[in-house]
Order: sequence, then C-alpha cells, then structure tokens
Amino acid sequence: MTDPRPAKLAARGLDFHYGDFRALKSIDLDIPERQVTALIGPSGCGKSTLLRVFNRIYALYPKLRASGQVLLDGEDILDPKYPMNRLRSRVGMVFQKPVPFPMTIFENVAYGIRHHERLPKAEMAARVEEALRQAALWDEVKDKLGQNALGLSGGQQQRLCIARAVALRPDVLLLDEPTSALDPLSTARIEQLVAELKRDYTIAIVTHNMQQAARVSDFTAFMYLGDLVEHGPTGTIFSNPSKQQTEDYITGRFG
Amino acid sequence: MNPQQPHDHIVRSVDEEQQRLKGELLRMGAMAADQLLAALDAVDRRDEAAARSVVAADAVIDLLEQDTSQDVMKLALRGPLARDLREILAAIRIASDLERIGDYAANVAKRSLALNAAPALPQIRGLASLGGLAAEQVRRVMAAYAAQDADAARRVRDADAAVDAQYTGLFRELLTYMMEDPRHITGCTHLLFMAKNIERIGDHATNIAENVLFLVTGEETFPPREKRDATTGP
Repeated sequence: MTDPRPAKLAARGLDFHYGDFRALKSIDLDIPERQVTALIGPSGCGKSTLLRVFNRIYALYPKLRASGQVLLDGEDILDPKYPMNRLRSRVGMVFQKPVPFPMTIFENVAYGIRHHERLPKAEMAARVEEALRQAALWDEVKDKLGQNALGLSGGQQQRLCIARAVALRPDVLLLDEPTSALDPLSTARIEQLVAELKRDYTIAIVTHNMQQAARVSDFTAFMYLGDLVEHGPTGTIFSNPSKQQTEDYITGRFG
Repeated sequence: MNPQQPHDHIVRSVDEEQQRLKGELLRMGAMAADQLLAALDAVDRRDEAAARSVVAADAVIDLLEQDTSQDVMKLALRGPLARDLREILAAIRIASDLERIGDYAANVAKRSLALNAAPALPQIRGLASLGGLAAEQVRRVMAAYAAQDADAARRVRDADAAVDAQYTGLFRELLTYMMEDPRHITGCTHLLFMAKNIERIGDHATNIAENVLFLVTGEETFPPREKRDATTGP
C-alpha cells in the first residue's frame, strides 16, 4: 500500500510477552498521520495489547515485557529514557467503558490539564470548553459544568472521556472499543466525532464491529494470534482482502 | 484470487439465503435463454400461439427478479463484507441484466407476430443462428456464475465479438434484400429490430460475465473488448 502521509506512529519488530505468553509476534505497522487506523481481529489476537503498548500502559504491571520499537515521530517510546509524562500527554487513550472521575464535568476535563500545566483560571476555562467542543459535548453540558459527571448518559460519559483525552492536545488518540457499551445513536455520535477528530489527531481504534471499522477508518489492520495478518486501505480490506484468513474473519466464517 | 471454496458462515442462515439467491438467478438465466430459443422457434415456424406464450412468460422472469431483490435486501441487512458484499452487488446487477434479456426475448416474439403478417422472407436462418449464439452466451455465462469460474466468464466476454460480427453480417444482408425489392422493407425492418434485440442480449451476457469476474476476483475494470459493430461505420 502506498500512502504519502508519514507514519506518526510505527511499530518495528514489536514483540510483547505476558509472562511466557507471546501476545505480539514481531509486528511491523505504520499508523499514518491524521488518518484513522482500525485494528480488528478475534478476541485474543493482540489488538488491544498493541494499543496498550502504544502508550506503555502495560508498564504499570509486572511480568509484562515489550521488545522491538514503537516510534512516535521517529523516537522510540519503549526506550526507558522516554519520559512517561511526555508520552501520556502526546498519546491519549479512551477505553471501552466510559470511566468519568467522580467529580464535576468541568473538573473531569481540567484534572488532566492540571497534571501537566499550570493555567490561569480563565485560560483553564477556555481549554475545558475547547476540549468539550472538540468532543461534541459542549452544547449538552455547558449549563451544568458543575454537576457530577456520573449523572451523564453513557454516550455523554464516553464523549467526556474523549474530551479528557483531547484536553491535553495529544498527537495520537487510541480508542479501545469506544462504542461497544453504547446505544446506536451514541455510537453514531462517536463515529461522527472520530471523523472530525482526525483533522487534528492521528487515531488508532480497536473495534469488534466490522461495519464500524469499515465506516470510520482509512486503514485497517487484521490481527490473528499475535500476528499482523493483513494491513491495507480499508476499502480494499473490506471489499477484496488478499488473505483468505482476513476474508474468513470479516465475512463471519472464522471457526 | 480466492481459489479454495470458502467454508460455511458461522450463522448458517447466511449460507441458506445466499444459496437461495443464487438458485433464483440461475433459474432466471435458464428461463431467459429458453425464452430466446422459444421466440426464435416461433419466428421460424410462424407460430402465433407460441409467440404469444413467450410474451406472457416474461412476467415470470420479472417476478423472479423481484424475489432476488427481496433476498438481496435480507442479506444486505446483515452488513456483508468482502466476497459477501460483492455477492449481493453482483446479484443485483446480474438480475437486472437477466430481466433485460427476458424483455428482449419477448420483443423478438412480439415482433414475429408483425412479421407473420408480411410475406415470408427467405433469409430467416441468419436470425436463428445469431439467436442461437446469443442464447449459448447466456447459458455459458450462467454456468460460469454457478461455478464461480473466472476463466469461463472471460471466455464469454471475449466471445461477444462473434455475436457482434454475425449481427453486422445479418444487418448488411437485410439491407441488400431491401435494396433489391422494396416489398421486403417491412419484413426486413422487423428482422433488423429483432437482430438488434439479440445483439443486445449478447451485450447483457457480457455484463454478466464482468459481474462474475468482479464477484470472483474483486476487480471492476477490464481490458477493452474487441468491438465489431461495423453497422454504423463507413
């Protein structure tokens, strides 16, 4: 596949172990800048693991080990010298279940910003508004910023999590099944949001929903048992994949 | 591209629905080819009753096309991808080509009624042989569809040049008859339209061949075919 855009994020010979289990097998994958890359594959294929390596979340747990390289703008983020704080501000992540902090809507967004920078009050308010607007949530919450975030609907909570992630103005957004707990309308809003966010961010999304991957992504990577089986433009992968394994999986024949 | 036969879907009703769709298209194809041959036979024997029954039977093909639409809708609701997606896209197009082929066959039969009112012409054999060739193209392309055979589909596509060549020959022949004797003009004009209908059937068979290729290989663009419609040339 030829894509003129440079890779924002790139895995090079990436291996990952959970103890003795090798969950990723020498993955080489480019995530092009300001494009949406979908990671698909059956449960246990390594797609979520790969996403978690992209922001080194695994480093929180013992016995987990990554080798090879993950290059963010050419710099290896797996290098222990790469500052974790910097990584977290450049690579944001949103999970399957929305997990707002038990605090106000405003504080949910401001919390992460405060962790990284000191801002005057007015500036902070502007940043929070910007993030909530980017997450297409502003109009729904602007009159109740002081209310507890746990009172929001599931779809709103997920958009709040996205606002929290973009508030740090990251380069990359990692979305791990961001709509699997949402109803179809909230899902549509998140998908529309992904289409808008890709103007500013490089996005990698893990999804179990084939049609969603086909709808929202520019590139799709199909993984199976820790291998990257096939990677290419989404249109090609879903209309005429080159590997039988990919074909079998996306047409529901895997078994 | 995908040489091995794909195995079954986890959801078994997908296989059943796909099989039903395929069966309906094959029935449509067999009927369309039979209709053309029956129309030619009616022309040949100047059999008015037979011609009328061909015209009436076209409604059955139309009904089958409606059935295929229903099946495609049902399959589309599942959000098919890859080959399953190409399967329904190809089915919609093939059904509409077959429906047109049926229409043309019925037109040939309908025109034979008018032809019978004119004095008998000696050169009807040319039409039967053109029609036989077109019917064979329809049968072969539907066999290619049934077997998902890309090579067979390519052969059908290439063979359309022979249909065009015969049509051009017949066109010139009919023109000569008309110049020889103006009393032949009415009959020959009807024959010309019938020949054109049959030539169009060949084109629809070619369309179907391209859809079989799309279904099997996923490719949508094809090398240009040899065009032999010389009737409009100098």
